[in-house]
Parts: sequence; structure tokens; C-alpha cells
Amino acid sequence: MTSLTSLTIAEARDKLATKEFTALELTEAHLAAMERAKDLNAFIVTTPEIARDRARASDVRIQSGKAGALEGIPLGIKDLFCTEGVQTTAASHILEGFVPQYESTVSQKLRDAGSVMLGKLNLDEFAMGSSNQTSYFGPVKSPWKANNRNVTLVPGGSSGGSAAAVSGYLAMGATGTDTGGSIRQPAAFCGIVGVKPTYGRCSRWGVVAFASSLDQAGPMTRTVRDSAIMLKVMCGHDPKDSTSAPMAVPDFEAALNKGVKGLRIGIPKEYRPDGLNAEVAALWDKGMQWLKDAGATLVDISLPHTKSALPTYYIVAPAEASSNLARYDGVRYGLRVPGKSLDDMYGKTRAAGFGAEVRRRILIGTYVLSAGYYDAYYLKAQKVRALIAKDFTDAFEKCDAILTPTAPSAAFGLDDKQDDPVAMYLNDVFTVPASLAGIPGASVPAGLNSEGLPLGLQVLAKRWDEETLFSVCQVLEDAAKFPYLKVPA
Amino acid sequence: MSYIIKGETGDWEVVIGLEVHAQVISKAKLFSGASADFGAAPNAQVSLVDAGMPGMLPVINAHCVAQAVRTGLGLKAKINHRSVFARKNYFYADMPQGYQISQYDQPIVGEGTIILDMPDGSTRAIGVERLHLEQDAGKLIHDRHPRESFVDLNRSGVALMEIVSKPDLRSPEEAGQYLRKLRSILRYLGTCDGNMEEGSMRCDANVSVRPVGATELRTRCEIKNVNSVRFVMQAIEHEAARHVDVWESGGKIDQETRLYDSNKNETRSMRSKEMAHDYRYFPDPDLQPLEFDDAFVAKIKADLPELPDDKKARFASEFGLSAYDAGVMVAEQANADYFEKVAKISGDAKLANNWVANNLFAVLNAKGVGVAESPISADQLAKLLVLIKDDAISGRQAKDVFEIMVATSQDPDKIVEERGMKQITDTGAIDAAIDQIMAANADKVEQYRAGKVQVMSWFVGQVMKATQGQAKPAVCQELLKKKLTP
Repeated sequence: MTSLTSLTIAEARDKLATKEFTALELTEAHLAAMERAKDLNAFIVTTPEIARDRARASDVRIQSGKAGALEGIPLGIKDLFCTEGVQTTAASHILEGFVPQYESTVSQKLRDAGSVMLGKLNLDEFAMGSSNQTSYFGPVKSPWKANNRNVTLVPGGSSGGSAAAVSGYLAMGATGTDTGGSIRQPAAFCGIVGVKPTYGRCSRWGVVAFASSLDQAGPMTRTVRDSAIMLKVMCGHDPKDSTSAPMAVPDFEAALNKGVKGLRIGIPKEYRPDGLNAEVAALWDKGMQWLKDAGATLVDISLPHTKSALPTYYIVAPAEASSNLARYDGVRYGLRVPGKSLDDMYGKTRAAGFGAEVRRRILIGTYVLSAGYYDAYYLKAQKVRALIAKDFTDAFEKCDAILTPTAPSAAFGLDDKQDDPVAMYLNDVFTVPASLAGIPGASVPAGLNSEGLPLGLQVLAKRWDEETLFSVCQVLEDAAKFPYLKVPA
Repeated sequence: MSYIIKGETGDWEVVIGLEVHAQVISKAKLFSGASADFGAAPNAQVSLVDAGMPGMLPVINAHCVAQAVRTGLGLKAKINHRSVFARKNYFYADMPQGYQISQYDQPIVGEGTIILDMPDGSTRAIGVERLHLEQDAGKLIHDRHPRESFVDLNRSGVALMEIVSKPDLRSPEEAGQYLRKLRSILRYLGTCDGNMEEGSMRCDANVSVRPVGATELRTRCEIKNVNSVRFVMQAIEHEAARHVDVWESGGKIDQETRLYDSNKNETRSMRSKEMAHDYRYFPDPDLQPLEFDDAFVAKIKADLPELPDDKKARFASEFGLSAYDAGVMVAEQANADYFEKVAKISGDAKLANNWVANNLFAVLNAKGVGVAESPISADQLAKLLVLIKDDAISGRQAKDVFEIMVATSQDPDKIVEERGMKQITDTGAIDAAIDQIMAANADKVEQYRAGKVQVMSWFVGQVMKATQGQAKPAVCQELLKKKLTP
């Protein structure tokens, strides 16, 4: 049965349709894999009974010819998505034990398409982090090992549980959310595909908010095609989210075969700073050659405000987070630490409930919105954000898509001292600009470094042009022949 | 007219600006589908959004937007086709999101005007600074448990319009008039029921004083949440006097928020400026800027009712009412409608004004009801006035009939008919009565003929008595004169 977990979503979809195996068998194979890989700590909660129930229901629908687009496909759901009747924590102590009475729009769509939820995936607390080390429920371990040293590696973050589960064959796909790179960076670290669609493509309703103007849900899978299949189900206009766009959902899967012939691929000079990791730079060059070989033209472009993106992000995102996280006050749900007064209860609850990184960002966010600092920080950051968005608008006059590295390095060790939060923030240096601009981006596993660890290439496209994004990603995937992890015996 | 506080060092004037929170008449809340009705069981009307559950998002209620625009048009104010919702951040147990969604530097409605109708018939234009939409908070209940408070979120998320005046008001009286007029306009528009007791209209007053003749503004204090027009006036009066005392004794007024205690008729400090919240306003990233086009506004404009100022002008020109009378009559739309119906049917607006403003309102006030619950319909009152005009009944009879109408809600025609109260116009019957009275009172006849004409009124009274008040006094007098004069 183990081999069932090695299938892609597309393959499993076809084989379920021809009844080579049942949805329940497929789910059981994944539940068994999850059990064996418990030490990865990819899941905060597993839901085997729900999974089996849904798999049985899928088999009934398959039998009666009523299969949905993801019928019987076992998926993991990042624990930032509220799931009806299943604990949802955002990996925070403050939400421990919180069981929503509602299902997020995205997870509902996945459910409606027949997919099977295996459990809730670990993440950085409130999606704040790039290594999955800030989770209250402990860090996630990457299934990858370096070939020259025996250290446990981080899976990246914040969607670290999702990346580890998919690359380790515990789930065929997973939902992620990306605020500044939280889908793309862990996808790169774990050697899988991660797609952050255009801001407004997926509904945010029912997703625990980190930074509302940046948060976007997206798929994390082992192949580009699987991401296309999943994203089609996940996205679409939702009247319950005022920032969700009333846009038609294209057939992303159909775009996979379009190729890149005649496409102009922008190569931004600002993404090759002095001291860029040589292996990362070399892989980037390789990616350019692959696209050229497939008929694309390379265009040098400039995104002049790139260096301001990270500082801008670390004003905008914490500002919104400081307000979004105000609701976790111990009054209605989640953790409450009693106090002598209301203010005392707030202070004690939030001090006990939030981890250090979350507290740091709440403090930064509160500071930049404060009277006397608002203009200098928040307002200035909004202006710079508009300039960053304009950089991309201008660049897309000259090109159809942009190719960059996803992250400045491969995964680092779990025990590598991470004293300096700014050093950690630098992980997102290549992913944050696209988040601020609201454009779609994806990471495709493109090769291994000298330690045998995955490196990803990032593709960016115009707003709402995920089809071109997928076309380029497919060409990269085909050329890269990425050496995926072996399915564990 | 002007309101001067006589201090020991000189005369002072008071400068007042009012912030009114008016609950929007709407079935659903501002950003959720939950019911906005008053009086439901605690927490019976709370959506996931209102409770601030994780991942919940606000969606603007288009009806509330239309109501705000309607109100803006009613205040002759600038309508902003693009406005922005902002988060006002602070912690309190009645506010589940940890912030209130409000509007900050880009409100939906800009500057407008409210015309005050002063008791002397004059008017005064008061500037409206802005109107913005925002969410109401929930309610804390402290009296159910010795140590704990309970939270009722029914009100959480209900739509409010905050209507801010310019600091144009100069007396407690004007402040009262402003509130009454604003309430009148809101009720005409159907955008707020203006019920201060139930809290659907609440008022904060910003008060400062300055020596008469000074042009600069001194430090103001904000008096929060006063719940009746009378209390607002009392609070301002008290607060202004306190300011004068402080300034004159060499002290300094600190900018602060104060509470009015109506039992003690005093204000006391609630929060100093140092303790004031830093609300950290910023545009709500969950909501797009609120934008609408001319057609949206035009459609609302086309649907506006005749507003108090226009109606007042029309009542003056069409019915000849004085400015003051017209102002009183239009204050409540139902009263104005009632009056207009009576005036039109009876064909005598002045008579209608007298009977509605004096007789009817006295009865309604005594009963403590509005014109909607009047025992006498407009049709019925108009019929009574027609009887008076046609001399079918005397003034005295009219008053009697009115009393019976109040008690029985019967038609005046029926009352007059059943009780045989028709005024006697048949002079034959009056002649007969006069003859009888003269025969029985020869001494009085002599007195009259001897020049004591004052007995005439005695004779009239006797005739009226004999005819059970149905004779018309003027006719009696005329006939008596003829017969008494030899």
C-alpha cells in the first residue's frame, strides 16, 4: 500500500476513477505514513476518523459517478484554516483547544470537491516565522537530510508542516498561506511546488488573519500540475471576503501545456546582490538556460525598490498583525489567565498565550501605528509599498514573467542558533516584494546544492495571470528533473 | 438672547460642539447579517463576525451606506463618493475584535448645516463638520454576579452614524434645539428613530468657555454619553459654570473626558488626556475603500421626503402660519401631516393650527401619547372645525363636542345629532323663549328700559339657558334688543 503515497494527485485522480484502488485505501496508506513519520511533527492534530469517513463517502460518490475534482485525495490543512469541529490553533497556545463551528471557505471548497482531510498541519505561530520554530506545538523537522552532516533541518516557514508533509509523502497536497513567502520558502526548502496566487484569488474567510492585506492561501504539492488542480478548487470569488475578487477561475491545468515559446522572462538585477550564495546563483543561471532552451527570451529588468521591500514588509505586516491579534484577549475563546482586573487579565492572558516572535511583532506593529510615529513608519511604508508595486507594473511592460531564486539559501539546521530575528527575516528577501505587490508567485524545486538539499526557483507573473505562471513553472519542472525524496519504505 | 455667564472678572460665553451617535435604522448590522433589533435576549443576535471569531471578515451593508447618504443629503452636506473605513484600536470586553471599525480622515459625509428654530421665531445655522459610519460596541452587564461581568454582544456591530457639529453652539438652549432639530430631520428621513432613552441616539458634548469678545478657543472637556436633551442642556450649563470658576480662580482646565451625573447634576472626570487611548487608527485592510457613483446618490435624493425646513416654509406661505407656529408644527412629521390634513379638509388653516396646537396637543400631552394614538382622527377634527365655521355649533358647544370626541372617539356630527346640540337658527323658537322670559321678569325689563343696559347679558344668559345653549348668542342679543326697546 505504501506505494500509493508516491502518486501525484493527477495520477491518483485517474486511478481512483478507473477504480484501481479505493479512496479509503489511499487514505489508509497516508494515515499509516503519518503514523510512521510522527517524529517530523508535521501535524498538530490528525483526524483519521474524519479522513476515513470522508474517504468512504468519496468511494460512494466515485461508484455513483459523482466524483468531484479532488475526490478521495488525502490532503493536509494548515492549522491556520478554521475547520468545523476540529481544533484550530494557528500553532498558538492562546488558541489551544479552540474548536470552530465553521469551515473556512478554502477548506470548504476542498471538502466540497471530495478531498479527504488528514489533519491540521503545524506552522509558525500565527504564521510568523520562516523556519517553523515558533510553533507552540514544537518545530517541524524537514524529511530531508544533508548528505555530509547529520543535522535535523528546518522545513522553512511558516507553512513548514505543509511542506514537510507533502515532501515526506504524508499527504498528496496541502494548503499553505503566504504573507511574505510562507508558501514559497518552505516549498523551496522541502523540494516541492508552492503557489501563492494573486492577492484576492482565494477567500481569506475563516483563515486566521496575520496581515490581512498580504495573506493569501495557496496549494503546496509535489508537482506543478497538482498545484494547478488544487488551486482551481481553492480559489474563486467569495462574497464573505470583501477583498476577494469577482474574477472567473481559469482552467490552470490547461495552461500547463502552453510552453514558454515567445514569452519574455524578466531577470531582475536587484536579486543578485553581492554575496549571493554561489550555488543559488548557479541554479538561477541554469533556470534561465532552461527557459531559453524552451523558446523564451530573457530580458534584463530592474525592480529598483527591492531593497526597501523587507523593511516595508516588517512595518506593514506587524502593524496589521498587532490589530488582527487584538481579538485574542481571553474573553470569549481560547486561553484565559485570570487577573485582578480586566486589564490584568488581558496582560496575563496575552503574555502567556503568545510566543516571543508574536509578541515582538505585536510590539513593532503597535509602535509603528502609534501617534507621532504613524506618518514616519506606517504611512511611509504604504508609499514605498506602492512604489514596489509600480516596479512590477513597469517591469511587466517589458516581460511576461520573472525568474528569481526563491530563497537565499537551502534549509538550515534546526539547532543553528537563531538569535538575530533580522537574519531570520532575510529568508524572505526574494519572496516579500511579490507579496507587497499582490502578484502571483510560485516556487518550483529546481535542483540540489552540494549538500544534497533542495533549492527552488521562483516565478512571478502579472496580477491574475496565474496561467502564465503555471506555463513557466511546468517548463522549469520538466527541465529540472528534480530528484524527489524516495518514498520511505 | 445670548447666553452670558456673569463671572467675577467679567462676562463669559460658552462654546459647544456636539457629537451625536445615531443608530441607523436597518434590519441587519453594519458588517454582518445579524439582526439589529432592540430588546432581544442577550447574545441572541450575534454573528461570528460580531463575536470577533478567528478568521471572520466584515462585509459592508449597502442599506446602511444608503442611510448615511440619505442623512447627509438631509443635512445638506457634501457626500463623499469615496470614503475609507479605519480601525480604531483599543481593548475592552464589549469590543470583541479589539478594534472598532469606524471612519477616520475620509468620512462618507462632509460639511453640512442644521438650521435651528429658536423660540423667538429666529433661526440660526449650525455647521455640521462630518458624518461617518461606525460599529457600535456590545454591552457589559455588571449586576448578575458578585465578581464577574457578563457581555451581551447583541449591539456589537450595529451601525451608527456619528454626526459631529462644528463648535458653533453658544448656549445650552441652542444645544437642546440642535438635538431636537437633528432628531426631527433623522426621523423625517427614517434613518434613525432618535430614541435617546433606548440609546439609539446618544450625545457627547464638547464644552469650553472664553471671555466675551475673545476669538480663540480655550481647552475643552468632552462630556460622554448623555441620554436626554434636558440632561445635555443641564450638563453643559454645569460644565460651563465649572470652567468659569476654574479660570477665574487662576486654575487651568485640563483636556479630559467627563461623565455627567444627572442625579447630582455634576460632571466628573472619567479619563485625563494622559490616560487617553492612542487609538492607532489605520485603514481597515479587510475592507476596500467605499465607493459609489452619482446615480447611487441621485436615486436616494429622488426619494427624499419634504424635510422640516421646507415644510416649515410651506406651512408659512401656504397656510399663513407664523414662523414659530410652523416650526412647532413641523417638528414631528406625524404632527405636521395631521395638521395639514385638518387644515386642508376644514379649509381654515388658522383654526386648524389653534385646535391642533392648543386643544389637541394638550390632550395628547396629558395622555402622554403621540398623534398616531390620538383619540380624534384628523378627519374628525376637521369635521368639528367645519361645524364651527358653518355656525352649526357655538364655540362653547364645540368645546363640549371636543371633550366627548376625546372620550369616545365618535364623529362630531354624530355627537351633535344624538345630543341635539345643533345651534338654533330658527328665530321663532328664540322669540318664544324671549317672550316667556320677559313676561316672567317684568322688573328686569323695567330696569333695562330705565337705562340699565347691563341686564342685557342676564337676558342673553336666560335665553341660552332656556334653549339649552343651542341659540346663537349674537342672534339672541339682536332679538332681545328689538323686544326690550319699547
